Amino acid sequence: MADILDLTVLEAHNAKMAGEFSSQEHADAWFEAASSDELNAYLWQNDRGAEAAAIEVEQDWNAPIAVKDIFCTEGVPTTAASRILEGYRPPYTATAVRQLIEAGLPILGKTNMDEFAMGSSNENSAYGPVLNPWDRERVPGGSSGGSAAVVAGGLAPWAIGTDTGGSIRQPAAFCGIVGLKPTYGAISRYGMIAFASSLDQCGPLTRTVSDAALLLAMLQGRDPLDSTSVGIEGGVSLPDREDLSGLRFGVPAELARDAVDAGVREVFEATLRKIEELGGEITEVSLPNAEHGISAYYVIAPAEASSNLARYDGVRYGMRDGGDGDLIEMYETTRSEGFGAEVKRRIMLGTYALSSGYYDAYYGQAQKVRTRIAQDFSGAFADVDFVVTPTAPSVAFKLGEKTADPLAMYLNDFFTVPMSLAGIPAISIPAGLAEPEGGGPQMPVGFQIAAPAFAEQRLLDAAYALEQGIGFDARPGDANG
Amino acid sequence: MAELEAVIGLEIHVQLATRTKMFCGCELSFGDEPNVHTCPICLAHPGVLPVPNEQAIRYALQIGLALGCEIAPHSIFHRKNYFYPDSPKAYQISQYDIPIASNGKLGEIRIHRAHLEEDAAKMIHVGESGRIHGSGASLVDFNRGGTPLVEIVTEPDLRGAAEAAAWARLLRETVRQLGVSDVNMEEGSLRVDGNISVRPVGSEELGTKTELKNMNSFRFLERGIEAELARQRELIAAGGTVEQETLHFDSASGSLTPLRSKEEAHDYRYFPEPDLVPLAPSEEMLREAREALPELPAARIERYQSELGLAGDVALTLATDPETAGYFENTLAAADGAEGKVVANWVTGELAAALRQADVEGGATASKVTPESLAALIALVQEKKISHGSGKTVLASLVTEGGDPAAIVEREGLAQMSSDSGELEAIVEKAMADNADAVEKIREGNQKAIGAIVGAVMRETKGRADGGEVNRLIQERL
Repeated sequence: MADILDLTVLEAHNAKMAGEFSSQEHADAWFEAASSDELNAYLWQNDRGAEAAAIEVEQDWNAPIAVKDIFCTEGVPTTAASRILEGYRPPYTATAVRQLIEAGLPILGKTNMDEFAMGSSNENSAYGPVLNPWDRERVPGGSSGGSAAVVAGGLAPWAIGTDTGGSIRQPAAFCGIVGLKPTYGAISRYGMIAFASSLDQCGPLTRTVSDAALLLAMLQGRDPLDSTSVGIEGGVSLPDREDLSGLRFGVPAELARDAVDAGVREVFEATLRKIEELGGEITEVSLPNAEHGISAYYVIAPAEASSNLARYDGVRYGMRDGGDGDLIEMYETTRSEGFGAEVKRRIMLGTYALSSGYYDAYYGQAQKVRTRIAQDFSGAFADVDFVVTPTAPSVAFKLGEKTADPLAMYLNDFFTVPMSLAGIPAISIPAGLAEPEGGGPQMPVGFQIAAPAFAEQRLLDAAYALEQGIGFDARPGDANG
Repeated sequence: MAELEAVIGLEIHVQLATRTKMFCGCELSFGDEPNVHTCPICLAHPGVLPVPNEQAIRYALQIGLALGCEIAPHSIFHRKNYFYPDSPKAYQISQYDIPIASNGKLGEIRIHRAHLEEDAAKMIHVGESGRIHGSGASLVDFNRGGTPLVEIVTEPDLRGAAEAAAWARLLRETVRQLGVSDVNMEEGSLRVDGNISVRPVGSEELGTKTELKNMNSFRFLERGIEAELARQRELIAAGGTVEQETLHFDSASGSLTPLRSKEEAHDYRYFPEPDLVPLAPSEEMLREAREALPELPAARIERYQSELGLAGDVALTLATDPETAGYFENTLAAADGAEGKVVANWVTGELAAALRQADVEGGATASKVTPESLAALIALVQEKKISHGSGKTVLASLVTEGGDPAAIVEREGLAQMSSDSGELEAIVEKAMADNADAVEKIREGNQKAIGAIVGAVMRETKGRADGGEVNRLIQERL
């Protein structure tokens, strides 16, 4: 069945249509592959297997899927990789997941992640880090590290994750796959455990741009249970653009001048040349406030998180500790024991930023920066069709390399956070391989393309043309022999 | 020391009588088994999101308009963060700097704002007192959690306990007539807290206020405010100062005890609720809310006094009972040319008494006395075809059997005795002769003694004589 696993979802679909194998055989192959997870990528696997998850709905795109453990799934453990939700089995299913199930997609399992999606390396999971399938000494990125690793590591044909400041795009880049953060509001957030509500957005992690389009088509839509959801007008169809002629790609001067590893810069510049070869035009654009994105993000996201995570008190679900004392003692013990260090750090940062007397200086100011960044993008999109950057300043770093330095870790989001703050769609596609600083086997490099709000179709079309032009076909294990 | 005046503002929480909760589809209930009206949303499970209740927004618009408020084109929901078991999200979704309604007036009292929010769950403290202090355990009933609330905040325009209670009654009646809430203080669908301070008469500055809670009837509201005003006055007279605190009024003992105050213990860290978009009522919603407004008590009182010349207390009685007010207006329309004051007195006085007497429930509208028959009866009395006393007799028959007043007058022989026939003069003369000592007393200047003679005439005529005419005939003969 090895050949089935080599196929993208679209290719498998075409093979099924040609009668080469059935949907059931396709699903069986993936359930079997998923059961040999050596990357600590799954927190829960559907051990009823393909048999129980038999394809009941004969749909076009019913390939099994891996779901980040941040999505509530009825009766199935959902922890957001936190101890505080140990044993929690939600009484309901997230809208995004429900739409996939209704489309006939069996759930392979729930993937590991940074606790409550707070992290850029997947090392903040209460259940241990996920290993990068390209080099198991390296991180897969985060926070959707498990979802990226299962797709890159042959443990799932595709997956969904969430992106708050880069949590889909950066792990996709680190694992050599495609990751799309749609426009805020494109996909329902109902049932997605909230980290930073004004930024969180669900999106696909796939092998190809076409598969990302297929998945987005199933996920997007207005949900009556999410007042902030609007869907994508006109829906999403398979991309088919073959060149980039007539399209203008802007490289932000402010983001380009910052520290980017040499290997990443080389791949980025080669990709710009590829764009020109395909008929696209490269120009410089100005996003004068984008470099303040990280500062604003690390005020706004923790502020919202401090409120979103206040409900985990040990009373109604999940873990409870210190229940022999009084209520306050129980709250304190449960939260001290249940949350990891990074989560606590952000709760404290956020609580401080919202405090009376500090609100204007921190939260208020950060919101102004956010507005400015959104205006910067609007200005840029008057001149260009897309804004492009490296997805991350480096390739995947080593486990433990940045855990002692939260600020160094936060800087990993430098290129992805501005789009999150502006609420616009951005995709990371694999653009090549580069040797990490400090040596080691070659690792994938991501290329980020951002578009105006709700221009997902144009974004996918351009990303598809570029993907075909680049022809990236390396797989984990190739480079390492 | 200068005289101290009371400065009182009220904060009123009105539970809206929608079918479902503010941000989820659970039904509202009162008195059901605990925790049966809950769902992942109102229990704050991970990942859930609030969706505003459209009916609650419509009701809030009606309240805002009824209180003469400006409606914000875009009002914002905020999160009010605090840890307490009655708040499963650990924040309440409320409105903060931009409420749905502001700058209104009801009667003479200015409304600062009215905003939409969700109610907390109900805490049940197990133990004798029913309060948290000294209780063995505390239980949470989430049935109430998420009930839509409108919080109305007045300016500190009230100057006494009785005035505050009377105004609160007017507010309750106003909200009740909108049909948007049960406004039941005992069940907690109307909750009134007082912000109370005193200051030297003539001063423009506000004194330090205390917040008074748990006054679950208008009587207790008045008594609680009185007690707190007395406490503050004594404190200041003794050279002390009022401290800002929240006080719990114990209706049984009349005592005031400090309550652990959320304000003192917490910084609410308000910030705009990112899960909700700004609340922007459409033109259509505003128009529908305006059209749904009935004539409200304050407007009705004003109209009855200025246009119909009704006395203040009669106008108030009618305005707080819209059904009877409607009955009154129908009667007035049928009673061609009768004065509003006269008709109002018949409706709120004679008819109300006759209905009470006959144990008729449901008020005038539910009785056998139609507005047309009452109007006809009033006309008979006004035209002196029957006496006022006979009118009451006819009304008693109308209450029990209904029918046409003129026919009843005919049947009972109640037509007024005319002085032309000489019959009445004879009866008067006889009554004066029979009550010679009364006649003597009147001559000595005791006018009250005339009552005995009039009474005798009325007995003899079975009330068919006109009291004024009888008086005149007696005076003539003195």
